[in-house]
Amino acid sequence: MNWRSIWAIARKDLKEVRQNKAAWAPAIIVPLVFAVIMPLAFIILPQVIPVEDVQRELGDMDTLIRNMPPTLKAIFDDKSLEQMFIIYMAGFMLAPMFLIMPLMFSSVVGSDSFVGERERKTMEALLYAPTSDMELFLGKVLAAVLPAIGISWLTYMVYALVVNAASFPLFGGLWFPLAPWWLMMFWLTPALAVLGISATVLISSRVKTFMEAYQMSASLVVLVLALMLGQVSGVLILGFWTVMLVGLMVWMVDAALIYVAVSNFKRSSLVAKL
Amino acid sequence: MTHPIIEVTNLQRTFGANRAVDGMTFHVEPGEVFGLLGPNGAGKTTSVRLLNGILPPSGGTMRVFGLDPATQGELVRRQTGVLTETPSHYERLSARENLEFFGTLTGIPAADLPRRVDELLSFFELAHRADDKVETFSKGMKQRLALARALIHQPPLLFLDEPTSGLDPEAAQQVNDLIANLGRRNGQTVILATHNLLDAQRLCDRVAILNKGRILALGSLKELARKLWPVTWVDVTLFNGASAESASVSIQAIRGVRQVSVGKDSLAIQVEAEEIIPRVVSALAANQIPILKVNPRDYTLEDIYFALQAGEA
Repeated sequence: MNWRSIWAIARKDLKEVRQNKAAWAPAIIVPLVFAVIMPLAFIILPQVIPVEDVQRELGDMDTLIRNMPPTLKAIFDDKSLEQMFIIYMAGFMLAPMFLIMPLMFSSVVGSDSFVGERERKTMEALLYAPTSDMELFLGKVLAAVLPAIGISWLTYMVYALVVNAASFPLFGGLWFPLAPWWLMMFWLTPALAVLGISATVLISSRVKTFMEAYQMSASLVVLVLALMLGQVSGVLILGFWTVMLVGLMVWMVDAALIYVAVSNFKRSSLVAKL
Repeated sequence: MTHPIIEVTNLQRTFGANRAVDGMTFHVEPGEVFGLLGPNGAGKTTSVRLLNGILPPSGGTMRVFGLDPATQGELVRRQTGVLTETPSHYERLSARENLEFFGTLTGIPAADLPRRVDELLSFFELAHRADDKVETFSKGMKQRLALARALIHQPPLLFLDEPTSGLDPEAAQQVNDLIANLGRRNGQTVILATHNLLDAQRLCDRVAILNKGRILALGSLKELARKLWPVTWVDVTLFNGASAESASVSIQAIRGVRQVSVGKDSLAIQVEAEEIIPRVVSALAANQIPILKVNPRDYTLEDIYFALQAGEA
């Protein structure tokens, strides 16, 4: 395996994506909304509106807290209404939103890398390069997965800073991230980044344009919406073991998709689509 | 004794019912400029893809540098450079970034890469635009960059698929001069896939004329002409006042002269081979017949090509 070639392909793809506004614009806007604007809104809100109004929100919070395992429930012990609302929103309700990022970024870069290359007719010259099919595949996958994970982690960091800083007057200390968030960052986020790219590779063999591939792979966001609904309804709380289990399932799906994607990623099939 | 760089025997490639390559057999010697000529769909591009191992064959055998491209494609591609029919670049990257990328893939050591890229940019007169995005280049500049890309690792074997397609005459001339120099200067072997017959006639040592995936004829221009037209015509123009009739009489007895047509002050002589022409000239001179011009009729590649394609039709 020639890693110099693999990194060259990954670097080249990233350079190209950087020049494609349609591809990188979401990479700036989405983290900004998730990591800064939304937490600020939910943290500042209970500090400026009457506590009674927050109290009314307790109905929803009750469902969530009632279904929590004791370890998570303990987080809410001895907290004021305002503090409970902030933990509820910033610590639980917004959590699934962060899972959109690795999926979205890896499928955006993957679409540009796999389908965009064919659309721009640059694939043929690449196929004539003295690299193996696996090196080509790995280079393109890394170009999608690494920045997706990196940007997601950076967003988590900014989110943690914003949440702790904005809620400091109320809490008088640092309380975020909660335990399940660590697992989300280092277990579930990489799994979803790989899911995004492996699904995109499979989709890319059936579509002709970057936008088609992007739109089709974006439908994976439905998975994250399902997690959100589960959490809002109190059916599926993103606690430690839930995240662990969901992560395991995603990694298993990843393994199957990657196996199929690698089997199909052959020069002879790629050249036939030129 | 040199070994052929390419040896192909009964090579076949089908796409469904379509036989893109249908039993081709040929070899290419080191340093040759070898033409693959034919109309669109003749099998030129498919042959290039097969020989570089990016398409597996449906049948037959092929060896490039003694390697089987179907199973050792990566090793073959280390020694080949390919100019594709549509030489697309990474338009959002600069010329330098494009060359550095392909230089890395072809295994040029990182320490040597900047020097090699600069060399090529200068050679192809792109140095002043080295850091500009390729999307701002003219078609001729893009074609030169594509050639630079194919040459970056100094491959001993080059495949050039329609290298002058879409270029203005000046740019086409530059590219042709470069191809002509590749074999002579660097000893590189060139496979030229084209339907530009003038380019092929000027550049190729030997050609394979293709149609519907089959080789219709293979050889040098002279060999092909001789196969098609075993006799040669030579036109002799006599100096003013000389008798064409008496000139005709003086050469009719020469062995190898088949037929003489007499004009006002010229002769059209059919001979069995070009070697007869000096004997004809000597006989005329010996008989004190003043000669103004001797002009053996040459067949162009175009004559040969259309004769073959017409025969095929």
